Amino acid sequence: MMGTERISIILVSEDREDLQMAGMIASVGAVSGNEVTVLVSMNALKYFLKGADDKAPAAGQMGEMLERKKAPSFKTLFEQAAELGDARIHPCSMAMDVLGVEWRDLETFMKEPMGLTKFLDDAKGGQVWSF
Amino acid sequence: MMGEKRQIDARGSFCPGPLMELIAGMKAAKVGDELEVLSTDKGSAADIPEWVKKVGHEILATIEENGVWHITVRKAK
Repeated sequence: MMGTERISIILVSEDREDLQMAGMIASVGAVSGNEVTVLVSMNALKYFLKGADDKAPAAGQMGEMLERKKAPSFKTLFEQAAELGDARIHPCSMAMDVLGVEWRDLETFMKEPMGLTKFLDDAKGGQVWSF
Repeated sequence: MMGEKRQIDARGSFCPGPLMELIAGMKAAKVGDELEVLSTDKGSAADIPEWVKKVGHEILATIEENGVWHITVRKAK
């Protein structure tokens, strides 16, 4: 039977490989019955604006290959994490202020803005991943 | 109970694409339905049975034919 764990992911990178791996952990983690929370901050946040291009720059060869081959896009993975596995994907409130964007400017699968105090409190006792 | 049988063609898709397609299919399926995933991704052939075991469904068969894995799963709950 399923063992529920808490998985917290903090996503700050704009590299394709990091975004992809974070999306893979979020989606597979969420559909396997875990409580997944993602905090999207720093350079990653711009990709979660409504209609934003998800062609993130590749850091290396693998990122280039991901684009050429038929890997699911990282944005699709996060969307599936939220829709199929009830993952909670939050924008970082600080990054939103810096970028000058509102919650309504973000993709519809994004939950309400979250601060670090709440994220750290939620993450207590669970797995924490950072990308 | 005899359920319906459906095939999910995820050939050409990389991990975790085939798993996510199966899960979307499972959400729409009824208990007892059988779903056969076709995948060319070797990682998914190992990962899908792990997921099925973890969430408590049933693996009916995992067969490889000419580079295509056929993974058949029954929705158990």
